[in-house]
Amino acid sequence: MTDSYTRLVNTGITKTLAKRLGLPRPAVLRRYAPGQPLTVGPVLVLSDAASKADADRVAQALLAWDLDVRRDPVEVRADPGRLGAAVLVLTELATPQDASEAVLATGSVLRKLAPQGRVVTVSRARTAEDSPELAAARQGVDAFCRSLAKELRAGATGNGVVLTDGAAADSTSALGALRFFLSARSAYVDGQLLEVGPTDAPLPTTWDRPLEGQVAAVTGAARGIGAAIARTLARDGATVVCVDVPAAGEGLARTANAVRGTALQLDVTAPDAGARLLEHARARHGRLDVVVHNAGITRDKLLANMDAARWDSVVAVNVASQLRINAQLLEAAERGEVSGLRVVSLASTSGLAGNRGQTNYSFTKAGVVGHTAATGPLLAAHGGTANAVAPGFIETDMTRAIPFATREVARRLSSLLQGGQPVDVAEAIAFLASPAAAGVNGQTLRVCGQNMVGR
Amino acid sequence: MATRSTAAATASRKAPKGTTAAPGLRDAVVVGGNRIPFSRAGKRYADASNQEMFTAALEGLVARFGLQGERLGEVVGGAVLKHSRDFNLVRECVLGSSLSPQTPAYDLQQACATGLEAAIAVANKIRLGQVESGVAGGTDTVSDAPIAVSEGLRRALLAASHAKTLQQRLKALARIRPGDLKPLTPATDEPRTGLSMGEHQAVTTARWGITREAQDEVALASHQNLARAWESGFFDDLVTPFRGLTRDDNLRPDTSAEKLAALKPVFGKSLATSGTPAEPTMTAGNSTPLTDGASAVLLASRDWAAEHDLPVLARFVDAETAAVDFVHGHEGLLMAPVHAVPRLLARNGLTLEDFDFFEIHEAFAATVLTTLAAWEDDEYCRTELGLPGALGKVDRSRVNVNGSSLAAGHPFAATGGRILATAAKLVAQRAAETGRPARALVSVCAAGGLGATAILESA
Ligand SMILES: NC(=O)c1ccc[n+]([C@@H]2O[C@H](COP(=O)([O-])OP(=O)(O)OC[C@H]3O[C@@H](n4cnc5c(N)ncnc54)[C@H](O)[C@@H]3O)[C@@H](O)[C@H]2O)c1
Repeated sequence: MTDSYTRLVNTGITKTLAKRLGLPRPAVLRRYAPGQPLTVGPVLVLSDAASKADADRVAQALLAWDLDVRRDPVEVRADPGRLGAAVLVLTELATPQDASEAVLATGSVLRKLAPQGRVVTVSRARTAEDSPELAAARQGVDAFCRSLAKELRAGATGNGVVLTDGAAADSTSALGALRFFLSARSAYVDGQLLEVGPTDAPLPTTWDRPLEGQVAAVTGAARGIGAAIARTLARDGATVVCVDVPAAGEGLARTANAVRGTALQLDVTAPDAGARLLEHARARHGRLDVVVHNAGITRDKLLANMDAARWDSVVAVNVASQLRINAQLLEAAERGEVSGLRVVSLASTSGLAGNRGQTNYSFTKAGVVGHTAATGPLLAAHGGTANAVAPGFIETDMTRAIPFATREVARRLSSLLQGGQPVDVAEAIAFLASPAAAGVNGQTLRVCGQNMVGR
Repeated sequence: MATRSTAAATASRKAPKGTTAAPGLRDAVVVGGNRIPFSRAGKRYADASNQEMFTAALEGLVARFGLQGERLGEVVGGAVLKHSRDFNLVRECVLGSSLSPQTPAYDLQQACATGLEAAIAVANKIRLGQVESGVAGGTDTVSDAPIAVSEGLRRALLAASHAKTLQQRLKALARIRPGDLKPLTPATDEPRTGLSMGEHQAVTTARWGITREAQDEVALASHQNLARAWESGFFDDLVTPFRGLTRDDNLRPDTSAEKLAALKPVFGKSLATSGTPAEPTMTAGNSTPLTDGASAVLLASRDWAAEHDLPVLARFVDAETAAVDFVHGHEGLLMAPVHAVPRLLARNGLTLEDFDFFEIHEAFAATVLTTLAAWEDDEYCRTELGLPGALGKVDRSRVNVNGSSLAAGHPFAATGGRILATAAKLVAQRAAETGRPARALVSVCAAGGLGATAILESA
């Protein structure tokens, strides 16, 4: 399902030609398949001097995952083999001056990084109590990581785990996120820093079917990203309730039958949508553990030409429905009908950066980012989390409607030089729904190949 | 089947609070149903085969109830207009579905009563304990109907294929006449009378003095009721779109008494020459159009439904079929249900008043009206049905409350499944609202003077 340009510049004579002409050559991304090695090669763990103890703990955890862990950049440079990943632990970095040795060591191995390799920083979030030096150092990691990601090639990505509220470097939260970034599950996540907080949840001991025994509901599951989410959650062990409007029932039945789940023809804007979804999940499958708010629509118009129908329908589907359903789920949590509920909502990079012609859409998608931050703590009171995923340009029916030239530009405007696949968004959602993400709450994770658009 | 007593005798008896199952038999229940939207012949499903349509109906049912890989007791259904290559139509659909390939299936056909007869067959096996679960349904396409060759061409081709020498073969083929090359489109005319169903009904309509206005009223109500049911989301868990069609496309939510009154009669040509001359009253508006579509209903034992965490909408209480002598003009072609129902009620100790809903298949608006009129007629019920008096008056507000075939269309074998699923959901909803059991009487007339009827009760 790679786009035709990417196929062209990666095969045969056109590959040679593209190389000669110096055309951008997007890599065919390595995507997750159960049982595949976690990384494409050994993992080098580096740190600044103050973070050495944390780096040791992280290295221990990586060893427990049967990774080939290296600690010496000189040795890595001498090794004829390629490096699978570099993990840069900067948790105790105190001043900007202290980063030098560690970042230069990282730089010294970048040429050894294999295609599809990974660079992951582990650092701490800046807080209001930080001294100016500390704040400068911590904030510095943010843009360092993003810049480094932009220098990587051949499907390699750079991302960061950002610890909040004293979460330990070897906590479930930190290691869960680190593992996601190291794995092929994060193929199209690039240049992102994910905040993770403390959690009591233990680190999973098996990783192949993290959602085994759980029941997940996915809205907008008839096609596109929603169908991919249903397939991915089912692959990870969940029983999936597939929801879409009655008019999309044909595709919905196809998805439900493919994932051996059930089809629920339901408009998410119905006043009792949350209650009906919950009723279906509990009556048919005994429980509800994960809800993915994926249903969404676009009704693009310049604001000067916007009418009430366009504005109101986008608000109704993209954000108001999520708020109403979440409220009903929270009531159910109060009644003890659900616990530990994981909610993941679809935002969009348009909701972060804004997009011409999409005032309505970006208003709602930013609304998703906002309500997710507010809903997280409410669900946490019942052992759950709320997070969002902001896809960039994803190859679906929605984006196939974009004119060719605009579409071509949108694809290449990212560090990975291509659009993402629906499964890339689905993998991020599956991660946020999994036990390993227990410490991630209220966050919005971009899945955009580090699109140049937005913050 | 012998009736235990006359209907009138049992009518005086207080109906029990929910009829009891036949002794020694367990309950068969309706879990739910699924159909594809019905489409007027030659439109959206013009190139869809029976196999594709019934498979789609099954796939929607499987998705709704999570039956992927499930080995059901059996799938029973059929088509009225069927290609000879579809000799194992339902089994082929099962093999093309997400059900376990170990699910047995068989084809069955009883003209327009096919779907209901299939449900009777499945329910009976469930009640006997022979199967735990089953799907009953049907499919029909007029658009993709088999075209037969003329009798002359057929005989010539057969003779040619049996011929041993080239000469014999040429001789056989030489018998073909230009007229033989005209294809025979499938006829739904009655073989024994040569009359179409509409012409038959026209005679019955006239005999019972059913007016044009009354028929148009039934047609209007059908469209209005079906439109309201769609709008209210009643079909959200009964229908799965197919080939981009999301609603029955015969439905005219904006039709009106005036529009219906403006239509010219299309049936009743024979009336002028008949014994009782009368004005034709049956139009395209108050007769069902030719339609393509498919439907399926999931039935099960209570245990099976519970084990699979599935809802139970209604109990399939009992059924009765009948046939009438229409050939000699003694009874109307579509009057068989009129005969079946009194026997069914008597066996179950029920009267017409014991029903919350009546689902009477609208082959024609007049079919519903003649059925109701017959049951109200003292003389007729005495002489024709052997009852002590009129069977009773049906409360018209309980008839086809969510529309029927006039609005939805009527893909022959698919109609039974449509009606059963609707009736089962209606009684379940009513019982949930009132806390009391609710009952529905289902009646489907069919070509050949046949009729099938059944009782559903909230489970
Ligand atoms: N494709 C992209 O590039 C992209 C980028 C950013 C965000 N997103 C978001 O991802 C989500 C899925 O996008 P997609 O590209 O797969 O879109 P899509 O249009 O292919 O699929 C959306 C699905 O949602 C369903 N839906 C719409 N309104 C509904 C309602 N009221 N109730 C229930 N279901 C409803 C539709 O029927 C459809 O099946 C959307 O929220 C979208 O905003 C997509």
